[in-house]
This record gives sequence, structure tokens and C-alpha cells, in this order.
Amino acid sequence: MKVNFEHRQAAHCETGVTTSLLQNIGVTQITEPLAFGIGAGLFFAHIPLIKINNGPAIAFRTLPGLIFKRTCNALGIPVTRKKFRSKEEAANFLQRQIDAGNPVGCQVGVYYLPYFPKEYRFHFNAHNLIVFGKEEDNYLISDPIMEQSTTLTSYELERVRFAKGALAPKGQVYYPTGPVHVTDEQMKKAIIKGIQKNVRNMLGIPGWFAGVKGITHTGKSIKKWRDKLGLKTAGLYLAQLVRMQEEIGTGGGGFRYIYAAFLQQAYAYIPNEQLLEISKEFTKAGDMWRNAAVQAAGIYKGRLGSQDDFDVMGNYLIDIAVIERNAFTALKNIKW
Amino acid sequence: MEQKNVPQDESALGKVTREVCYVTDENGNYVTDLSTGWEVKKDALDTAWKDIDGRIAAAKQKADAGEASPLLFFMEYRLMDINILSDYTGLWKWQIKRHLKPTVFNKLSQSTLQKYAEAFNVSIDSLKSMHINEG
Repeated sequence: MKVNFEHRQAAHCETGVTTSLLQNIGVTQITEPLAFGIGAGLFFAHIPLIKINNGPAIAFRTLPGLIFKRTCNALGIPVTRKKFRSKEEAANFLQRQIDAGNPVGCQVGVYYLPYFPKEYRFHFNAHNLIVFGKEEDNYLISDPIMEQSTTLTSYELERVRFAKGALAPKGQVYYPTGPVHVTDEQMKKAIIKGIQKNVRNMLGIPGWFAGVKGITHTGKSIKKWRDKLGLKTAGLYLAQLVRMQEEIGTGGGGFRYIYAAFLQQAYAYIPNEQLLEISKEFTKAGDMWRNAAVQAAGIYKGRLGSQDDFDVMGNYLIDIAVIERNAFTALKNIKW
Repeated sequence: MEQKNVPQDESALGKVTREVCYVTDENGNYVTDLSTGWEVKKDALDTAWKDIDGRIAAAKQKADAGEASPLLFFMEYRLMDINILSDYTGLWKWQIKRHLKPTVFNKLSQSTLQKYAEAFNVSIDSLKSMHINEG
């Protein structure tokens, strides 16, 4: 049984799933950048004390699940979200949705995801994909990061839906209820709400580890990494930073390019020239993140390694923080 | 990033799928393009794996020398810390810590070994011998 559904590739899994599911129930205006911006997806956080895969816990986006939730909320679309204790119940629920013609978003772990290359399989449990049918024992899978749709056997899907560890998915499924009709006026309001939320997240969170303050702080810490951690571990930390920033799902430049694209698309609903100008600032920030990645690569490849090289690396982040602070302040000051 | 600068380097992911990048066209408008990979991030991933491979080799050595049980090797091999392993097996963390001692591990019951074997996706024989048949 196959549900009426069209696979779409995206840069990022959660925004991709959100876009596809919303398109499918009739929100024809939605695009990946709009979902990302309305969902206030852009973020930076460097969580102190916690280690992920023996490296720093750094995020360039908001917490998993929030983009879908915020975007649907902002557009007034009701959402069903369910976790399961029993694997059997999880499979039955999914089957009922397929029978009813609903494509369903699933949170999964990537460690045992068979179509992922081995190099990408870490115990990361906040990947998202869409199940849109079942033929014999094979589920039809739309994974937004893949060019084509794919399949998983029922055992394979069960295994990734019930992956264990941090952010264990517990079979979680979610989908919006439709059909709906969203007006351009609703889009406009949702965009403004999304921008305001993102401004608060990047400028207004107290403490030193989140938002633009977090970027500055990480920049300053990087300068100390060489002496504090030694070259090898410092290199590993920088490699982790680059992976969080550039690996599958960010669209490049730690999601800054997607955000720049969002502001351009927002202009279609809110014809304020400032949005286009501020978009350019995020493009600049994205470019600088990528330049910083090149510098980091010099260090973890062993080409660079002096304290000066670490200072250059740290300064990139400190400069980026200034650009992003100004850009978000400009967004904050727009009279809607 | 401008569209003409989208990197098309080799990468592990590139063999399975190209990935979407958001880039600007000649008029400065955002479009999407596909990239096979970028050397800078391939090197980042390689750096991470080189470290993991080193950990696996060190754990193997310890287990071979009788300083740790095969669990240590499999935890490194499957990138699992005690928290993850505890979640997969349903065993307490203090139990797992004890089982990391070879003398304790060698006396484990079949049912406990089975829990570990399932978590690591190997047979009980492989679990004990540390021989793994997979690419």
C-alpha cells in the first residue's frame, strides 16, 4: 500500500520532513527555508561540561522537534505526536496511518540505519524521515537528505525507531492534520513570529553559552585549546565543530545560508527592503563560518598548529558573533 | 557561498547521495545545488574516525592482555558509552562496570551474554572471541 506522496530532497532532515508533510496537506507556500525560519531554527550553543563522542557539545540549530512544532503552531495546523512503549503498538499505529493514506514523520537513530554510509553512523537519535507506504515487508521511506526515496524492512525500521541512548526516539511518530488552506496573511504573521522568536533565542538567552554570546565565548575558548588540550585533542575538537557546522543537514555554513534564503523568501510576503539587506549579512556569516572551517582543517590535518593559528581560528568566531549580533539586532528593530 | 563555488569533492556520503546546499546565483538570489562532498569536512570526519580506530585498537590490546573484558573492545567498536550500553541491555551501569573486568565477564550467564551480543549485534561466540565478520 502506497500513500499519495511525493519525495522531496532537502538540506536538513527535520525541515525537509516538515516541508514535505505540510505540502502534502495543502500548504503550497511552504519551502524548506520558510519552515526553518518560521520554526526559528537558527541557533548556537556550546553546552559546558557535556561531551558528545569525546568532543564538545556544539549545536548550530535549535533542539530537535521544535522546528516542526513551531511551524505547525504558527500556521495553526493541528499536530499528532505519539511515543510508544511497545514495538508492536508502534508498528500497528504506523500501519493504520498508512491504511488511512497519511504519510507519517518518524524520529529515528542513525546508528543502525542501513542506507547511511558507515562513516556517518553515530549514535545520533534525532534523525527524521517519512514513511509513506508498505509493500510486503518493506516500508517506503522518504529520507529528506537522500536524492531518491528508499526502503527499510520492518525489522530495520523497528530497530532505528527504537534506538537507545540520548534523545531515544521511543518509536516517536508525528504528522499534521489536514487538508488545510493557509492564506498569505497567515504566512506573513508566521514569518514575523518566527523571526521574533529567533531574535530572542540568539540575543536574549541569559548566560554565556547560547546565542551570539555563545559564539564569542567559543571563539575565546578555542584560543586556549592548544595549551589546555594539546594539539591532538584540540584538533579533534575543531573537527567536531566543523562536522556540526557542515555535515549533512546544515545546507552549508552552519544553517546560516538557509536562514539567508529564508529572509529572501520572507520578502515575498513582507516587502521590506531591510530583509534583503539583512539576508546578505547572514550570507556573509555563512561564508565566514566556512572560512573558519578551512582554518580548522589546517589544524586537524596538521598543516597548522601554532598559537597564532589558534588565535586566527578563535577570532573568526569572535568576528562572526559581531556580524550575527548586528543582523539579529537589525531584525529586532524592524517595524512590522 | 556562490553557486559556482559549490565543492564537488569525494566523500563517503557522495557514494550514496549528493547533498543539498543553499547558494546564491549570479543575481544574488538563493537557489539550491547539489554537492558530492567537501574536502574540509571529509577531513573532519576522517579525523574523528582515526581517533575512534585508535581507541578500538587500544581496547583490543587491553582485552588481549587480560586487562579488560571484551566489552571494552565492543563498546569502542560500537561507539557506545556506558549510558548507551545500559539502555540497550537493560543492565545497570554499575553492573556493566563490573563486567568490564575479565574475571567477572568470564563467569557471566548465557542470558547476560545474550543481552550484550544483541546490543552489539554480534553472536555470543564473536562477543567472547572478538572476531567480527562484517565489512
